[in-house]
Amino acid sequence: MSLTLDDVGVRYGGVDALRGVSLTLEPGRVLGLIGPNGAGKTTLVNAATGLAPLASGTIALDGERVDGLPSHRIARAGIARTYQNIRLFGALDVRGNLAAGAYARPGRLGTVELLRLLERAGIAGADLDAAASSLPYGDQRRLEIGRALAASPRVIMLDEPAAGMNPSETGRLVATIRAIAADGIAVLLIEHDMTLVRAACDDVVVLNFGEVIARGTPAQVGRDPVVVEAYLGSGAEALS
Amino acid sequence: MPGALVDFYAKHSRLIDQIGVNALLALSLSVSLQAGQLALAQAAFMGIAAYVSAILAMQAHWPLIATILAAVLVSTVVAALLALPVRRLRGVFLAIATIGFGEIVRVFANNLSITGGAEGLSGIPNDATTPVIYGSLAVVAFVLFALSRTKFALAVTLVREDEHAARGVGVDVGMVRTLSLALGGAIAGLGGALYAHASFFLTPTDFGFARMEQILVWCVIGGVTSPLGAVIGAALLSILPEVIRFLSDWREVTNGVILLLVILFAPGGLSSLWRRGAIRVR
Amino acid sequence: MFAQQLLNGLFLGAVYALFAVGYTLVFGVLDILNLAHAAIFTAAAFAAFSLVAAGVPLPAAFLLAAIFAGLLGILLDRVAFAPLRKRNAGTLVPLISSIGVAIIIGAVLRAVYGVDERHFTLGGLDTAPAIHLGPITFTTVELTIFLAAIALMVVLSWILRSTTLGRRIRAVADDRIAAALLGVDLEKTIAATFFIASSLGGAAGVLTGLEYNSVTLDMGGPIELKGLAVIILGGMGSITGAVIGGFILGAVETFAVAYGLSPWRDALVFGVMFVLLVARPTGLFGKRALRQA
Repeated sequence: MSLTLDDVGVRYGGVDALRGVSLTLEPGRVLGLIGPNGAGKTTLVNAATGLAPLASGTIALDGERVDGLPSHRIARAGIARTYQNIRLFGALDVRGNLAAGAYARPGRLGTVELLRLLERAGIAGADLDAAASSLPYGDQRRLEIGRALAASPRVIMLDEPAAGMNPSETGRLVATIRAIAADGIAVLLIEHDMTLVRAACDDVVVLNFGEVIARGTPAQVGRDPVVVEAYLGSGAEALS
Repeated sequence: MPGALVDFYAKHSRLIDQIGVNALLALSLSVSLQAGQLALAQAAFMGIAAYVSAILAMQAHWPLIATILAAVLVSTVVAALLALPVRRLRGVFLAIATIGFGEIVRVFANNLSITGGAEGLSGIPNDATTPVIYGSLAVVAFVLFALSRTKFALAVTLVREDEHAARGVGVDVGMVRTLSLALGGAIAGLGGALYAHASFFLTPTDFGFARMEQILVWCVIGGVTSPLGAVIGAALLSILPEVIRFLSDWREVTNGVILLLVILFAPGGLSSLWRRGAIRVR
Repeated sequence: MFAQQLLNGLFLGAVYALFAVGYTLVFGVLDILNLAHAAIFTAAAFAAFSLVAAGVPLPAAFLLAAIFAGLLGILLDRVAFAPLRKRNAGTLVPLISSIGVAIIIGAVLRAVYGVDERHFTLGGLDTAPAIHLGPITFTTVELTIFLAAIALMVVLSWILRSTTLGRRIRAVADDRIAAALLGVDLEKTIAATFFIASSLGGAAGVLTGLEYNSVTLDMGGPIELKGLAVIILGGMGSITGAVIGGFILGAVETFAVAYGLSPWRDALVFGVMFVLLVARPTGLFGKRALRQA
């Protein structure tokens, strides 16, 4: 299933948080969304998941409009996400958080499916009965991914999943993300870590001040002077 | 042996009935609290149902079962309707709005002639016997137990833990809040109808803020998220005044002290003392 | 007729405002709804009664009772709220805690004073001279109570605006973490806040007791809930709002009684409050928006 944003605009208190943003998420491909802080990346995800109303434009899932739908219906339509600041159900155990992810699906998750989800999320050894808040930070982020996968989504939006991870953990995350795409899911990856973006993403869209300023492969975008300037000011080297 | 039990019952039947009704009221609040809603209108729902049931029994001469069903229906509908205007209120604001609603109900009861005004109603047929009360409690307990195994129960927990993330996994938060408020209204209504038929009279002050605070204290002491805890809290605090009679004037102080001790040292309520670890979801 | 009712409304409203200011001050600084405020209101009234009965002159008794209330407020914080602050306990828990303390205070008052209504043993409270100014009439007692309430609110305003303590209180109200980082002694500032809020609430209790020459165990009940309506109307956390809201509420109630709606006046008050909560929860002056989940 593909998710298409067409000329999307979002206003917050008189300011354009997003303006004229168009992009498409394709099944099996990972789209990176990068840009300086405050560029509107999380706003975009909020808009796509029904948490921020659109001032203009449309969002469509396989051609069906989803903008304007209440948040929970968009989730049920097949769009799952993780959050910039982890939003696990802290008091629930690991099993409970995964079960929560599968809330909208008929039936319950069996132990086999639970273990498979842990594997896909990269925390195969996690204790199903442990309280979610007792997991190490990196594992909590992965559990959030597991919860998103439990919904059997068509689209997953990952909001800075590598925040707070060390380089080796980030490296493992690349494999996790590529595997998710390989399952036929359309993936949006918001990230600051350019190594992760280059390794995990097929395409990249760059936002600044709510507008798309560049798009292309990670390599192309990394060399784009407009992008470099947005991040670092003019005269800087290509993004390394 | 049976003789001793019969004597015990005869001496304490009023208290025993009271415990049953109080347990129902505590359960009704517990349902809202489990959804994370500090909706303090249970006393008002109880009062509405008590009056409906009493009036139908005394003026229309309906049998007990019918008055109870009618009363529960009315309180449930009122609760569901209340859910609409308060749907965007959270935390302290929801608490204050529902307290205000309770006061409005009290004023109406105080002023309408059909409710007997400030004097209230008396001479209500006393046919809510102990088996009826505890039978109702058993039914409610069974229904809640059955519900606890459904996805609705999972949704309630998710809404309480993190409403935002709950939406993200597809939970219709508004519907969950409305249903939990309505369910609380139904249970409080049942408690209210039984209260009416177990008492000789009803007055509006029976259902005011003081009553609401009392129900809240039971739930907190037993454990805000535990229905069993709510029942235990209600039972404990209903029995306590009898047990510590010897303290006479200082009895009420112990209620407050117990509440503080629980808040400070066992904030999950007494039920947290036996529940270990993470919340398990089935 | 209108002028007289308006005056009555202002007199009533002044005491409502004084009570509500303490409520909203604690909420604005700590995000706590302090349901022991009304118990302290009542305790101060009983304290003033006892002092006067022991021969203390009224102005001194008033002051001492207010100070006593302030100290009760500090004790309330240390017992019921301070331990919870370390635990990051949310909004429900401190509210329940305050109910616990309210129960204790009420029970102690009951044990000490019994259930009977008390009257101030002052000559002249019930027979105070009435002053006539054209269409309006009031007694010296009513006027004194009104002026005392106004004076206290002016003092509060001065404290908050012009003293270092006031600046610290406002800093903690705005952003507790930032204030702590800037070196504000949180615990001392919070204690001072409770002292001020509770002494104002206690003063309101003494004034109310004097107004009706009646001190009873349940005198705090009605004002506790109406105080909620006032702070919703004025905006949670806004002192100005609490003052204006108090006067508006006093006026609404008085006019409701004057126009024959007396038995329904509480429903009117809470109906307005309910509608406000649904439509404009920030009230007239409040900054606190709807709490997000």
